[in-house]
Amino acid sequence: MHTQQTDYDIIIVGAGIVGAMVARFLSRYDLRILWVEKDADICTGATAANSAILHGGYDAVPGTLKAAMNVRGNAMWDQLAEELHFSIDRCGTYVVAVGEDERLALSELEARGKVNGVPVEIISGDTMRSREPKVTPETSGALYCPTGGVCDPWGATLAAGENAVSNGVTLFRRTTFEDFLWDPDDPGRIVGARTSQGDFRARWVINAAGLYADGVMHKAGVRPEFKITPRRGEYYVIDRNRFEMHSVLFPVPSKISKGILVTTTVHGNTIVGPNAEEIDDKEDTAVTAEGLREVWDGALKLVPDLAVRDAIAVFAGLRPGGNAPAPNPAVDYHKDFIVEIPTTSSRGALRGLINLGGIESPGLTAAPAIALRVIELLRDTGEPLREKRDWNPIRPARPVFRHLSHAEQAELVQHDPRYGRIICRCEYVTEGEIVAEIHAPIPADTYDAIKRRTWLGTGRCQGAFDMPRVTEILARELGCDPLDVSKKGTGSEFLTRRTKALEED
Amino acid sequence: MTEVTEEMICITCPMGCTLEVTHEGSTVLNVDGNTCPRGLAYVERELTDPRRMVATTVRVRNGRHPLVPVSTSAPFPKPQIFALLKELRDIEIEAPVAAQQVVLANVLGTDINVVASRDMPRRA
Amino acid sequence: MKDTYDVIVIGSGPGGLAAAAEAKKAGADAVLIIERDVELGGILLQCIHNGFGVEVFGEDLPGPAYAQRFIDEVEQLGIDVLLDTMVLDVTPDRKIYATGTRSGFSELQARALVMAMGCRERTRAQIRIPGMRPSGVYTAGTAQRWVNVEGYMPGKRVVILGSGDIGMIMARRLTFEGAKVERVLEVMPYLTGLSRNYVQCLLDFDIPLQLRHTVKRVLGRDRVEAVEAVAVDERWQPIPGTEEIIPCDTLLLSVGLIPENELSEKAGVRLDPVTGGPYVDERYQTSVPGIFAAGNVVHVYDLVDWVTEAGMAAGREAAAYALARSTVAPTYVRTTPGEHVRYVVPHRVNPQRLQESEVRLQMRVTTPLEQAVWIKVEDGDTLIARQGARYARPGEMVNLTLRPRDFERVRQAQELRVSVVPR
Repeated sequence: MHTQQTDYDIIIVGAGIVGAMVARFLSRYDLRILWVEKDADICTGATAANSAILHGGYDAVPGTLKAAMNVRGNAMWDQLAEELHFSIDRCGTYVVAVGEDERLALSELEARGKVNGVPVEIISGDTMRSREPKVTPETSGALYCPTGGVCDPWGATLAAGENAVSNGVTLFRRTTFEDFLWDPDDPGRIVGARTSQGDFRARWVINAAGLYADGVMHKAGVRPEFKITPRRGEYYVIDRNRFEMHSVLFPVPSKISKGILVTTTVHGNTIVGPNAEEIDDKEDTAVTAEGLREVWDGALKLVPDLAVRDAIAVFAGLRPGGNAPAPNPAVDYHKDFIVEIPTTSSRGALRGLINLGGIESPGLTAAPAIALRVIELLRDTGEPLREKRDWNPIRPARPVFRHLSHAEQAELVQHDPRYGRIICRCEYVTEGEIVAEIHAPIPADTYDAIKRRTWLGTGRCQGAFDMPRVTEILARELGCDPLDVSKKGTGSEFLTRRTKALEED
Repeated sequence: MTEVTEEMICITCPMGCTLEVTHEGSTVLNVDGNTCPRGLAYVERELTDPRRMVATTVRVRNGRHPLVPVSTSAPFPKPQIFALLKELRDIEIEAPVAAQQVVLANVLGTDINVVASRDMPRRA
Repeated sequence: MKDTYDVIVIGSGPGGLAAAAEAKKAGADAVLIIERDVELGGILLQCIHNGFGVEVFGEDLPGPAYAQRFIDEVEQLGIDVLLDTMVLDVTPDRKIYATGTRSGFSELQARALVMAMGCRERTRAQIRIPGMRPSGVYTAGTAQRWVNVEGYMPGKRVVILGSGDIGMIMARRLTFEGAKVERVLEVMPYLTGLSRNYVQCLLDFDIPLQLRHTVKRVLGRDRVEAVEAVAVDERWQPIPGTEEIIPCDTLLLSVGLIPENELSEKAGVRLDPVTGGPYVDERYQTSVPGIFAAGNVVHVYDLVDWVTEAGMAAGREAAAYALARSTVAPTYVRTTPGEHVRYVVPHRVNPQRLQESEVRLQMRVTTPLEQAVWIKVEDGDTLIARQGARYARPGEMVNLTLRPRDFERVRQAQELRVSVVPR
């Protein structure tokens, strides 16, 4: 199934939002790019489960990479959303103060915002209440940032990734990075990567491995002291048919996290969370009774009217928290992004690694800026980046049935009757959309992949109605046995055997 | 044969009386807890010839669905249920199937049939 | 196919089928059923077990056979049917937007509408079982569809959460098809389904039932590997030290049904937060004139025979409405749940109805009363009607029938407070 080609110019490791943005922006240039992802689909790590916030950038410590990338990235999202056809909503963000002490703390955030070059404004409790009627009546004021908002991390990653693939990037999923390949005559020179699907040569390897970025860079002898500590955050999703909000509400932040938010989403649901629990296991996305309780208690402080019976889903995400010092030695901060081309390592001189690490919040917002920075760093090394004449920045939108008017729906169904069959009843996702995603440039070949692309199974019935139908459609479209259809890749198949076939056990 | 006292739940009506039954083998010695005589009859039957309605599915060739639901035409001897299921697992019938069509007649030496519970038209 | 119908029925389960047939027999000429599946029958098609029709037919039928009787009648009556078609939207003036593969996009007008969409199942997320998201956690109805209709087994070793009828039925079904059901866990201190199912589905196969137990968390990353069961106290809190890891590859959830009223809400129908279904009167008309509702969409039934009865009443009334036969605006007296009663359906009764027929009040009790009880209807201190029963359980719907002889007392009542008390 994979091409015979083993020689590339650049290998990108990791297909979260950072890898996707890097792939997309690099696809503009005349480069042979291989993009590898260990999971069965892209967008399965930290990018799959977070608050989906576009941060204004006022709360990042001034002088850090986080601050610079946040502010630069924030400004890029309108154009990206337009070119790549995914949703964002600049509804503004509010840090909500309750009580007098918290109101005083807002000034510090305001000052920081101004240093970072972010528009911020302190508003009164009355104004806060008028902007968001659901906010706690106890609010004493808020810090408002008009450039903040929400986005669709799944949609953005998939759209950017698809645009990259359409522009020539080769994507291998189910392909795990194992080690660097070194020039036998030059011990510090990377000449490619060894993966679970074979060896591939390239001048540059870009480490966008998220939760696993520390392991990847250590294989090059880079930053042995750098460690990713997963910080788990749990969330509730509140049914948009039962509860409506229009803004992003933060509490006044603490030392370890931005706090438990209550926020609208582009899909219209409200999400509540996250808490922050340091764990060891980089795959442990379990929700816990204690974590959910902590999140709920925190949320009620901001929005007392929340009702837990309106929650339709719960989930947990892992943030890849790093311990890197800010590049500027004058800044006393030790959890900054790593965005660099290291020239030395424990092997001596080093060449061929573009190293990205510790991309936790505001990583989503910063991702496009990180991509531009990667290009700048590459150019600085003398890499000739020739623009492709036929680079197409536009990823066309595919029809989304529930977004169409009745007249448009009628036309769509007439054109392709598969759009007439509703498969996910709660989200009105049609068979036509599902089939389109199975055959898209980055094909959806698992249930969760379809879910991330269409929102199928995310509503009130959480897949109970659609699972048998989606299994049948996947088997038909992929030409495989329904027994091989899985939730998220090998090992997560839904079904074990046919009802009457005892021998298949 | 030893005397045994055990609890049984009568299923003749939804009340579901919990019965305390003392019996020697299939000979009923005493029943407590029933609120009507049908409880006694239930215990007698359960100890001598327990029966259940059995419903399952049978494979269909060229039908709209790969299985058709079937049911025994009368309560079936409990000790033979798994043998019945095995018989039914091994057969495959051709669509169209008509509701009440006999899928297996006089199963396992009984005079009970297994019949289709619904129509199963031929695949379009 | 027409653009305008006298009566349109959404859903072809037992409620919808009965409503459509009865509407036609009551004189509505143009009757349409819209069904999202490829064939009529609704949920009955996957309920292949026996127990249906004891009241209506005097027979003990499997679900599909029960449905077949009504499907045959619908066909004989010449009722129009739109299959493989999902209703997207319903307006308060009974305009319907629907879409289907073969039917295309439809815009229809109903003079009267019967909502019969049934229920959806409570999900893992709604009860927030801790753990990751491995494959192998399914609601019982999804598993039932796979096993009985599509022909696939969802797993080999199964733990079932919930002792409702669906859970117990699936315990037997999976055992029949060669899976091993390790345990049934029930958080309440009592069985929530019928005791005959306990005997025929669990005891018959030595499947252990643990009351006052729940699933503390699910183990497994890609596929379920085990569940951690735990005992709970009177406030449903886990009792430390009682945890038990039960290896399995499948967790089936039978933790409640929720009437599916998204379309009702779009039509402006007011819902009772206790039942999750529309407020209805004794004719099963909702708060929107001309929109009726019948079956599980109103409240969760346990005997299909009563669903058929409700469907017939709704269909008959829908036809009368469509043909503009009901003239006098009714006055109502409301019903209220009293002692030990969680809810009463219908929510209001037109006393005049009792001049011509009986009115059945349907309710569920809040707690099991394993003793003789009175079901009482009172208005303040005035006793209006009373019926005895041998017991009352939350898992078995309780009925009280108001009769024509009760007409005067009902007519003069301010409210009908319904209670169930030990005798």
